[in-house]
Amino acid sequence: MTTVGGKKREKIDRLAELSAREDERGVSLWQDAFRRLRRNPAAVVGAVILAVFVLVAIVGPFLVPYSPTDTMGIREGVVRVGQGLIPGHSAEHWLGYDHQGRDVFSRMIVGARQTLLVGVVATMIGLAVGALIGGVAGAAAGLGGRWGRWVDGALMRFIDMLLALPSLLLAVSIAALLGPSLTTVMIAVGMVSVPVFARLLRGSMIAQSNSDYVLAATSLGVRKSKIALTHVLPNSLAPVIVQATLTLATAIIEAAALSFLGLGNPDSAIPEWGVMLADAQQWLGIRPALAIYPAVAIIITALGFTLLGEAMREALDPKLRK
Amino acid sequence: MALLDVEELSVTFARRGQRAVRAVDGVSFSVDAGEVVGLVGESGCGKSVTSLAIMGLLPRQPGLQVGGRAVFDGTDLLQLDDRSRRDIRGRDVAMIFQDPLSSLNPVVPIGLQVTEVLTRHRGMRGEKAAREAAQLLDRVGIPDPKRRLKEYPHQLSGGMRQRALIAMAVACQPRLLIADEPTTALDVTIQAQILELLKDLVRDSGTALVMITHDLGVVAGMCDTINVLYGGRVVETARRRPLFRQPRHPYTVGLLGSVPRLDAGRGERLNPIPGSVRDLLPWPDGCAFAPRCDRRVDACVGEPPELVLTHDGRSYRCVDPAPVAGLTPGEEVRAAAPGQAVPGSAPAQAVPGDPPAVPGLAAAPSEEETP
Repeated sequence: MTTVGGKKREKIDRLAELSAREDERGVSLWQDAFRRLRRNPAAVVGAVILAVFVLVAIVGPFLVPYSPTDTMGIREGVVRVGQGLIPGHSAEHWLGYDHQGRDVFSRMIVGARQTLLVGVVATMIGLAVGALIGGVAGAAAGLGGRWGRWVDGALMRFIDMLLALPSLLLAVSIAALLGPSLTTVMIAVGMVSVPVFARLLRGSMIAQSNSDYVLAATSLGVRKSKIALTHVLPNSLAPVIVQATLTLATAIIEAAALSFLGLGNPDSAIPEWGVMLADAQQWLGIRPALAIYPAVAIIITALGFTLLGEAMREALDPKLRK
Repeated sequence: MALLDVEELSVTFARRGQRAVRAVDGVSFSVDAGEVVGLVGESGCGKSVTSLAIMGLLPRQPGLQVGGRAVFDGTDLLQLDDRSRRDIRGRDVAMIFQDPLSSLNPVVPIGLQVTEVLTRHRGMRGEKAAREAAQLLDRVGIPDPKRRLKEYPHQLSGGMRQRALIAMAVACQPRLLIADEPTTALDVTIQAQILELLKDLVRDSGTALVMITHDLGVVAGMCDTINVLYGGRVVETARRRPLFRQPRHPYTVGLLGSVPRLDAGRGERLNPIPGSVRDLLPWPDGCAFAPRCDRRVDACVGEPPELVLTHDGRSYRCVDPAPVAGLTPGEEVRAAAPGQAVPGSAPAQAVPGDPPAVPGLAAAPSEEETP
């Protein structure tokens, strides 16, 4: 085959050049999504909250005024729980002492790291397991034949079983099975989000399997495995990423709930917001602020993730693209 | 023997509890190397289903039945197993689709999508594949191909996207190219460019091209032979010139008559074919076009009209075709068997359309078949 010849060729080039010019500003899907994220005030607020949260989680422990485990209040005799004495905020201790005489401000700051860790790791576990199951099921259902539908059916019935159990009950059973620890909380919370990720990715992949570009790739003889990995999967990820952001919020809340129920780290030496909340319930009568601080922190963080997640959903939604 | 011989291709979709739909009902045509063959008809006449059936791309679902043969270079494409079908697709037979935007993967750069084909069928990798991909884009008239390779589909204009798709389709120099309404989603100026490009590719490489379109303008500019489809059957086959000069089947007449003309007088109305494609009569009960036909006679209903072959290598499926000036009906049907359409070489005959006949064997006196 030779090239398209001569004058006609030049003319076509010129026309093509003209038609190409207006597309100069074009950027990739993700860049475009990011640009729209920046214009959305909700996304900016969410991102700022998260940036502060992550920054505190990373550098906070190095900057805190006191050790989060130092029971100085008891030692100095300022905290006398028996007499209902837990001092509140002061110049030295911004958020006061807790029931063991530890500095609440320092514990909040250091707790941020644990909370972030639990949220991120739990979400990663859920995402990894869920995406694996959902991805295999979606590819099998969308591209495979009768055998594929069977694989999809088997995997999805397993997911249905997970989904049938109330999430907290499932988490409590897992936590009870593995014994209370931070790792348990992460696994339990992660497992709870597995069905969501699996169903989402599967549905998204099946929808993409019916798209024209899959048909076009098939018409060019591209192998099914290649189609699944390079065409279907990348196009199906957007809703999963959005869901991951939203799951981070619920993971933090659920981890706090499990800690609150006493299934978290039994060693309360390492501060974590959920554990702090659990501890505080005994002293609600004396100093309710002890519960309010971690609760507000959890709410704000979850809000940050939710705002960003919702904004990302909008930014990545092809139907809303202009 | 032609490069691709489609014989009595039929596609039936059946759903439980519903009447089976016969989307393609015995379509036969053939394509030679370097030839452009058009499949023309309005929406729903079975054009796209025909092409997807040939490519083996129909969604595999229970109730789908594909019959007939599509012999490509000695092998029946309809009988291939999945593996050899995948090997043939893209290498020997390729397809171009209607909507270039949705036919390209939006999150993968153009380059990767082009090299994918090269890797699959020509074993090219890395730098070599990238260089070949750039050459391909250059060949289909995409300026600055190196840069374009790294770009995403939405960064390209509609015409460029279709060029990129064509580049992917011709990457392995297929011997047969099926273009399913390749210009429908493009504006008119780009349409002309794309058609030029396809024409050049066919001329330069000897690729056989099956052009599926509802646009008679495209047909007039591109096709050597034209098959007009209605209700899943070919109702008229002719070379381009005779078809446009002397359409025989009333449906073809209607199609040509409904094309808006710039030189029409002021206030002159458009001439649509009345009714819609859904008003068709099932073929076994007569001519599917009869309910909409303005030349309808009693003989149209009751039995399906047979395919009539004329002395000049044309054929039509009509009991009362539009007349040709200077010929009496008895004279003009001096037909040849399909595949050896030599004027005047065989005694007059007609090939019954239903049930399918072995081409060339069925013979009946022409006087009885064509009033």
